[in-house]
Amino acid sequence: MKVRVIMAMIRKEFAQFFRDPANIRMLIVMPVVQLLLLPLAADYEVKSVRVCIVDSDHSPLSHELTAKIAANPHMHVGCKAESFEQALEGMERDEIDIALLIPAHFERDLVRNQNPVLSASVHAVNGQRASVGSQYLLQILADFNNKVRMNWLQLPKFNPVPLVDITHTYLYNPRMDYPSYMVPGILVILLTMVGFSLASMNLVREKEIGTIEQINVSPVRKSEFILGKLIPFWILGLVVLTLGLGIAAVFYGIYPRGSVGTIYAFASLYLLAILGLALLLSAFAQTQQQVMLVSYFVMMIFILLSGLYTSVESMPPWAQMTTHLNPVAHFIVVIRMVVLKGSTLSDILPHVGAMAAMAGILLPLAIWSYRKHF
Amino acid sequence: MKGNPVIRANDLTRRFGNFVAVDRISFEVHPGELFGFLGANGAGKTTAMRMLSGLIRPTSGTAIVLGYDVYRQSEAIKRSIGYMSQRFSLYEDLTIMENIRFYGGIYGLNAHLLSQRADEMLTQLDLKHQRDQLVRSLPTGWRQKLAFAVAILHRPRLVFLDEPTGGVDPIVRREFWEWILDYVAQGNTVFATTHYMDEAEYCSRLSVMVNGRIAAIGSPLELRGHFGVHDMEELFLNLAASTGT
Repeated sequence: MKVRVIMAMIRKEFAQFFRDPANIRMLIVMPVVQLLLLPLAADYEVKSVRVCIVDSDHSPLSHELTAKIAANPHMHVGCKAESFEQALEGMERDEIDIALLIPAHFERDLVRNQNPVLSASVHAVNGQRASVGSQYLLQILADFNNKVRMNWLQLPKFNPVPLVDITHTYLYNPRMDYPSYMVPGILVILLTMVGFSLASMNLVREKEIGTIEQINVSPVRKSEFILGKLIPFWILGLVVLTLGLGIAAVFYGIYPRGSVGTIYAFASLYLLAILGLALLLSAFAQTQQQVMLVSYFVMMIFILLSGLYTSVESMPPWAQMTTHLNPVAHFIVVIRMVVLKGSTLSDILPHVGAMAAMAGILLPLAIWSYRKHF
Repeated sequence: MKGNPVIRANDLTRRFGNFVAVDRISFEVHPGELFGFLGANGAGKTTAMRMLSGLIRPTSGTAIVLGYDVYRQSEAIKRSIGYMSQRFSLYEDLTIMENIRFYGGIYGLNAHLLSQRADEMLTQLDLKHQRDQLVRSLPTGWRQKLAFAVAILHRPRLVFLDEPTGGVDPIVRREFWEWILDYVAQGNTVFATTHYMDEAEYCSRLSVMVNGRIAAIGSPLELRGHFGVHDMEELFLNLAASTGT
């Protein structure tokens, strides 16, 4: 491999890249817009759960329960239906999320210790909303239950009120704010999309305009060619990362708890794998449309199975297995670990190993697949 | 003739599926020749040239170029040849100088040699003042001249030119061929394809390709005498008619 040859290729790529103002806009505007807009939109906090209470008891206790639910900041007690059917109709119209039925004789049964049954029906089309909403409601009911037992029942020999109360604190992201969680993940997606699309489109464009033949008839080695195509986009990828980390700090006040160096080190390795894959795919495409379509497909799978939106732990086992082969998933885990938890290089070692293995397979494969003659 | 042939092809054949693009062609090209490959579009000229320059593999037959085998030593061939493709091969979004630097660089020229050759070349092309102009803005004739200049930047002993004068006006075409003759006079060998019959007269020897086969081979004088025609155009039409196209 000759450094002079690779340098000639890198200079040429940069000259072409910066000649086109559209490229520069894409490099700067895309990260800014994505990082400013997406974290705001991708907010999973369920702020207001609309509850409809069907009170068939009309007792002081049932009123107390209603008031308690209404007092919760996350709950919004909207309608007061006369019957359960009526409440379900409201759910049909998408007006309520949970219908809670307080049965007749609720108070009497409770006091007599006859275990009255409250039934809650949850609108589960939006799974996130349903699970978080019913969580809230269960907490309120459990709390209510304890109070009732304390106040109304005679104390038995054994205290039925648990002495140990389970509470939870969120470690690493104490305020549970979404930007801290989403911004690093979106930064990974951004880096991936910019690097992947620029590199694959670039190589295939040379095939389309025919300049690749002039390179193929020259003594350039396949490894020199692939490195000459990879290094410029590797550098641009790190520029995007820098820009993104800057935006995260300035606009969201997110400063990595761990070392920025660790992030750059992992990103460098990550870009080798991703760009290797991009160049490998471009070896088989003849037109920019083809490579775009294939890239879109690959990116889509990588991103949806990356754990950016849905946590990897809640995926079915087979899907969890695929994340080991998904470079995007590794980087998202790593960047969240470093930014939120302050993890160090030794903590992320398994991911570094996986990424090195991917780069170590994809890059030689890209070089091997590139054809200088047909 | 003088020394070993620069190109020696024997029964060289290339098929694309059922289509035989080049059908058992055999010929030799000697050092210092301007060898012409004449033929209609689709006669197999470009395919033959691409096989000889290591861009595509032959289906069968043998060819030795500059002493290297086209099957096993195509990269060695690529080190020693220049190639100007039919499609315009310079980067239109780069300047003249950026193109020269890129192609010089991938042939491993050092900075000193590169700037020296670039200067010589730009002076000869009279493009010294346009060196930082985008190639896109040049007229076709100049672009082709520049493409040739870039193809010989590393001073190859053998240059392949695939229809170098396509879409170029007659005056620039004449200049172009004079320049090629100049390069040959320096002791180099040029292998050029063309479908302009008048250009065949510049060649020291030429072969006429019809339907993937060599229908005639010799110097322009020999061919005129042998086939009893006045110019290459007439020869070509006769050959095309006799092989049934």
